[in-house]
Amino acid sequence: MTFSITLTVNGTPHHLALDDLRVTLLDLLRDRLGLTGTKKGCDRGQCGACTVLVNGRRLNACLALAAQQDGAEITTIEGLAPEGRLHPLQAAFLEHDAFQCGYCTPGQIMSAAGLIAEGADGADIERIREGMSGNLCRCGAYRGIARAVAAAAQSENGETEA
Amino acid sequence: MSENGIGKPVKRREDRRFLTGRGRYTDDLRMENQAYAAFVRSPHAHARVSGIDAAAALEQEGVIRVLTGPELVADGIGNIITGWAITSKDGAPMKVGDWSALATDRVRYVGDAVAVVIAETRQGARNAAELVEVSYEELPAVARGDRALQPGAPQLHDVAPGNLVFDWEIGDAAATDAALAAAATVVELSLENNRLAPNAMEPRSAVAVHDPAEDHYTLYTTSQNPHVARLVLSAFYQVAPEHKLRVVAPDVGGGFGSKIYIYPEEITCLWAAMKTGRSVKWTSERNEAFMTDAHGRDHVTTARMGFDEGGRITGFKVETIANLGAYCSLFATATPTYLYATLLSGQYDIPAIHANVKAAYSNTVPVDAYRGAGRPEATYLVERMMTTAARQMGMEEAELRRRNFIQSFPHQTPVIMCYDAGDFPGNLDKAMAAADVAGFPARRAEAAARGMLRGLGYSCYIEACGIAPSKAVGALGAGVGLWESAEMRVNPVGTIEILTGSHSHGQGHETTFAQIVADRFGVPIESISILHGDTDKVQFGMGTYGSRSGAVGMSAIVRAMDKVEAKVRRIAAHLLDGAPEDIVIEDGQARLPGTNRSLAWHEIGLAAYTAHDLPEGMEPGLKETAFYDPVNFTFPAGTYICEVEVDPQTGVVRIVQFTAADDFGTVINPMIVEGQVHGGVAQGIGQALLEQVVYDEAGQLLTGSYMDYCMPRADDVPFYTITHNATVCPGNPLGMKGCGEAGAIGSPPAVINAVTDAIGTNDLSMPATPMKVWQALAGARAPAAAE
Repeated sequence: MTFSITLTVNGTPHHLALDDLRVTLLDLLRDRLGLTGTKKGCDRGQCGACTVLVNGRRLNACLALAAQQDGAEITTIEGLAPEGRLHPLQAAFLEHDAFQCGYCTPGQIMSAAGLIAEGADGADIERIREGMSGNLCRCGAYRGIARAVAAAAQSENGETEA
Repeated sequence: MSENGIGKPVKRREDRRFLTGRGRYTDDLRMENQAYAAFVRSPHAHARVSGIDAAAALEQEGVIRVLTGPELVADGIGNIITGWAITSKDGAPMKVGDWSALATDRVRYVGDAVAVVIAETRQGARNAAELVEVSYEELPAVARGDRALQPGAPQLHDVAPGNLVFDWEIGDAAATDAALAAAATVVELSLENNRLAPNAMEPRSAVAVHDPAEDHYTLYTTSQNPHVARLVLSAFYQVAPEHKLRVVAPDVGGGFGSKIYIYPEEITCLWAAMKTGRSVKWTSERNEAFMTDAHGRDHVTTARMGFDEGGRITGFKVETIANLGAYCSLFATATPTYLYATLLSGQYDIPAIHANVKAAYSNTVPVDAYRGAGRPEATYLVERMMTTAARQMGMEEAELRRRNFIQSFPHQTPVIMCYDAGDFPGNLDKAMAAADVAGFPARRAEAAARGMLRGLGYSCYIEACGIAPSKAVGALGAGVGLWESAEMRVNPVGTIEILTGSHSHGQGHETTFAQIVADRFGVPIESISILHGDTDKVQFGMGTYGSRSGAVGMSAIVRAMDKVEAKVRRIAAHLLDGAPEDIVIEDGQARLPGTNRSLAWHEIGLAAYTAHDLPEGMEPGLKETAFYDPVNFTFPAGTYICEVEVDPQTGVVRIVQFTAADDFGTVINPMIVEGQVHGGVAQGIGQALLEQVVYDEAGQLLTGSYMDYCMPRADDVPFYTITHNATVCPGNPLGMKGCGEAGAIGSPPAVINAVTDAIGTNDLSMPATPMKVWQALAGARAPAAAE
């Protein structure tokens, strides 16, 4: 028996028939919609590489069943900024050398977008480090990540960049 | 001097695709006619395989084929090789047990591959793999290297009695024994170097494509060295001849050593593509990665160091057991020998050194090079020994180190290495100033007033990079030469392509390699592209590991640029009516001083390719290839100082300050170098405080996920203070030493020396978890690792 859902992904509505109800949001994004920017690092919600925004909140896409997301608005790394432009977070990651191999980066950026939207303490670096601790970076670019998130949070709050 | 030249913190040019989700990693690729592989893996650490029944799996919808070890062997696929021959001290060759990509009759670690299912979907392959019935007869297992060498231990390979791979030595045993016998003080230390899982965030992946019309294979894979993969797959595994096999390593999400090796899964995917007529993709799951990616470290060591009455080291004797796991992986035998014992002199003038390394088989996944590879094990031993000795002799740690520093270069150590340059006192001075060591007693008193224990730890590390002079490593048993290649192509419009045998998987080569070209010719960095990772494009290459891409890879580019420059000079001299040696090349043009005559870079390119007016006898075109073989290792060195606070109520360690003073020689891009140090130190802090792979007595892996294996996270690592103290490396044209591994090599002893300073006992093992620290404080003995 197939089950149909509607997802709006990066502003585009998709009507999707699921013949396997066990498919995760992550596999659906990567395999069905070809949005491979969202990464699979552990498939168990322990590394954060698959973080996307669902209705504006950050979520590990590997732990979410696609079938449960009917009607949701999903934002992935591909849809964070208009084509050809960088979101302030993306620009801040570049400016602060916030990654090396790039594999965890989409998840870091989407997690940071969610964190900033949560609005807790804005640009406090210790709060950011704690708030980003669900996203592993084996290259160890944590200083750059924290600084990039702080800079983006400050600019979003209308403050000047440090 | 170009604004994007050597020494400039140029922002990374590869970043845009990564930031926008447009990076192309292996699992992102999709082939026509693609099927998926799932491996059937041993749940036992040691067992005989008495039968495989795939009937139920084959009945599943979408299952294409189930393949097993005997079929692989029957098709002539060779055993997995190890690339460095070690000779035991009695002259016997090392004992290498057979390792088939799919087990034939016996499994030797949890995760050993027994069969592979090829199916239409990823999930279908996984489901069917669960239905393959394998009959096992369980055998007794041993997981620790030291236990594996004891009499009566379960035996892994008939060819290796007592599980001994080799019993190797280096240095002068008699001189060292005599030095220790005559020493005023002998300091003893026993320690373990904890076993680590590399954990690149991108899991290993492979997509194999077979074109039956051409009988040609393509393998897309997560490799640090695609040409070596092609060579080994062709020459030893006989999957396909080299000219019929293309290996592509696209964007690779971190390696740290674990993606150097050619694993069973890549071999099997290529073979399965031929057997099934389908493109075959496999991507590791994280628990598979914990089970099957080569682990790192895992040494058990006892050492004695002798000192004279003035605190000068007289001799150093080391006994190490290295656990190599169930089979010898590609670099596994070199790591605990020539990458470890040759660095046991540290930064110190030691007249006599002797090391004995026994390598053991055990029922665990193979152990191989992981960021630092042997050098972290050496540094951890030497630097914990120096601190232990200072405490035992009642000396200042920094003073004891200073008294023993090597001060003149070149310096020949008793263990092969000849250090070419360095400034060890200068590094120590810089680090001590930056860390405000003078203010430490006041900080310690302030912490004590808050009920916290504050400690300070040193580590003066040295490592050997720039791997390596081919003739030298050949004489020591290496199966390959360790040069690097580069090609520089100047196109007719003047744009430049650099084809390099190095491979970037986070190191930023697309930026730094372009910087040295922009610096040399004064051309815009935007006109330069760096190509790597495809055996059909790049001439050849030995790949990226051992911090070699700067000292060796960039040196090859310099040599190719030398050749291009020579030709440019001749063309310009001919067209400008001057002498080649008088031509000045800068700001993207060649000009003849004393005249107003010059040629823009694109005019030179056009002249070379139109060939309408070239010097007599000159070949058209402007493209040169160079193979660079280093003349020596390079020796990055530095001092790390770690300051910690320990909460005596909980045993929790907090790093309050971490100071690095590194000497990497010439730095091309300080931003990227800092990133490399940050990352290396994060991994070193992980080893010191958080990480350990644990197998139980029966060889079951207990750390198979991030819930059991503690990785450093954003709130675990401090912000570091980093300073540089450059002595130029005389061994290569740019004076570079290498920076990729220093952080992981130098930091673990600094952290542990700081924690033991804080808690007032020297008896503490890595990882220094809160429980271990609390137990050490309580005077209880912490249970030994993996027991």
